[in-house]
Amino acid sequence: MKIHEYQAKELFAKYGIPVASSRAVTSVDDAAAASREIGLPVVVKAQIHAGGRGKGGGIVVAKDEATVREAAERILGSPLITPQTGSEGQIVRTLLIEKASAIASEFYLAVTVDRAKRSAVVIASRAGGVNIEETAERDPEAILKEWVEPAIGLRPFQASRLARKLGLPKAAVRPATKLILNLYKLFCAEDCSLAEINPLAITEDEEMIAIDAKINFDDSGLFRHPANQELRDLSEEDPLEVEATAVNLNYIKLDGNVGCLVNGAGLAMATMDLIDHVGARPANFLDVGGGATAEMIEKGFRILVDDPDVEAVFINIFGGILRCDVLAEGVVAAAKAVNVKLPVIVRLEGTNVEAGREILANSGLSFRTAADLKEAAQMVGDVVKGAAS
Amino acid sequence: MSILINEKTRALVQGITGGEGRFHTERMLQDGTNIVGGVTPGKAGESVEGVPVFDSVADAVAETQANASILFVPPAFAADAILEAAEAGIELIVCLTEGIPVHDMLPARRYVDLVGAKLLGPNTPGLISPGQSKLGVMAGYIHKPGSIGIISRSGTLTYEVVHQLTALGIGQSTCVGIGGDPIVGLSYKELLPMFEADSETEGIILIGEIGGSAEEEAAELIKKEIRKPVVAFIAGRTAPPGRRMGHAGAIISGGSGTAEAKMTALTAAEVTVAASPAEIGAAMAERLGR
Repeated sequence: MKIHEYQAKELFAKYGIPVASSRAVTSVDDAAAASREIGLPVVVKAQIHAGGRGKGGGIVVAKDEATVREAAERILGSPLITPQTGSEGQIVRTLLIEKASAIASEFYLAVTVDRAKRSAVVIASRAGGVNIEETAERDPEAILKEWVEPAIGLRPFQASRLARKLGLPKAAVRPATKLILNLYKLFCAEDCSLAEINPLAITEDEEMIAIDAKINFDDSGLFRHPANQELRDLSEEDPLEVEATAVNLNYIKLDGNVGCLVNGAGLAMATMDLIDHVGARPANFLDVGGGATAEMIEKGFRILVDDPDVEAVFINIFGGILRCDVLAEGVVAAAKAVNVKLPVIVRLEGTNVEAGREILANSGLSFRTAADLKEAAQMVGDVVKGAAS
Repeated sequence: MSILINEKTRALVQGITGGEGRFHTERMLQDGTNIVGGVTPGKAGESVEGVPVFDSVADAVAETQANASILFVPPAFAADAILEAAEAGIELIVCLTEGIPVHDMLPARRYVDLVGAKLLGPNTPGLISPGQSKLGVMAGYIHKPGSIGIISRSGTLTYEVVHQLTALGIGQSTCVGIGGDPIVGLSYKELLPMFEADSETEGIILIGEIGGSAEEEAAELIKKEIRKPVVAFIAGRTAPPGRRMGHAGAIISGGSGTAEAKMTALTAAEVTVAASPAEIGAAMAERLGR
């Protein structure tokens, strides 16, 4: 789960990671008031989950109140388009008004999980403030790493080694060591999958300060952090995805024309690939999971046909824990309720497959049932070609 | 033969008195698994499907000499159950639980390595050596004893592939789900050499997906050590970057973990990479010359 910069900075402050004084606001007047309170100059920062905000005009340095007002007026309530948002952009609802820092140099610092090494890793670089992936590709030597032995945790000598390798001014090594240890502490205690400071700045007074803050929580660890669950911003997410999550469906909206409903994440991805393979484009990822009820199937089906881009629906189920008859009941109920006009291709296999096929055949609805995955793929291809001609 | 489990495997079920544990104990017994005990704290002396229940894994091992364990334990307690099994000397720990926090799995995984145990999963349907033993939740009837080894990060996609093979009259030696989480136990690089060494396995199917670099590592190993024919499929060619596709481990981040990179690496290792999930079984039949 992603959170906003201002929320991440509140957590930083709690763990002793230095941040500039700031206030999150939602109106132009409050933005102006906050800038007076904090003291000019300030930085006006659009709060959306996507990165690259500066490139989209979402970050403005303001030396006077008029500039604060002007920026707030322009940014609030409007879509901000960045390299990470897609062409429609993301509506900005909150601004962070932050005391401007006199930056002498910028660094990159993050803690994340290294899957291959099966441990946490602290990543640091002198190349701060820029895209770290690009740096890693262009100049791997510029990326410093300290892996954390899971049974022991990050040790002070590792943090201080990293601080020295970064080539920090002597006076900054000790505070940086402490900062790295605190970031690791936050990363573990709050069940994060990423805790990133980019850039981490050293000011002209040789003080360290986190200019930006990015935290992703491990979704699997959220159950033990009720306060962090509250930080979720539903307005940053696709409304259909929010609806799906509410009934425990795993749905991701894509921009294709064939909707698909599948059990199991791997088979769902493979089904998307199959749709693509026959010349159509998947409209979504939808994994109904193993324990789906007829109601969940019905809901999932409705979400698919509610997507205006969908021209055909492909249901691909390999029944195991999820029985084919339960699936068929849900699909029939939903198709009748929404009076679906779209072609629906169904491929069923596994537990209670005969009962499932019978329910579909006796429903009075015109489903196209495929005997196996190969035939189903052909049917999807034919339907899409038919629609195009 | 087979890998990891056979008819001699002496299995425990941790969480045997829960709904899932009971249900699958019955099904595993039907599929021939030699289940010697169950574990649920506070339920010692009870029995499930005729299987005696113990308070702890250590008690169960002392009494039954169990050497494998399958876990039906909720996410908040699953890492602890893995540690308990490892500490008691269980050699193969199969953890099905989906949604274990990564920060719980990191030390659990390290401890399993430390004591020399093998962990399968978490977030796996388990494994089956058809006709011999099953430690998992897959439907036994779609399988057929035979000569193909399967290693997969996905559940239902594996059932699909097994179904294709069985329909072509090709049986399986052992089908192993390695799990869809970012931190898992046994992976391709440990399992591929086991299949290479297994006298009954003639070919290996590798089912991967986007995220991480396990498939690339597998390709390196295949190039050097695997002489048996390998067929692969990578799910998620059409998945958008930055989104978690159901499995916590299935996410393309910062340009790494893409299906393209994985398919290129495997093709370079002379693996037959199926273009469509509907053609995985047929691709193996072709490699075997059937």
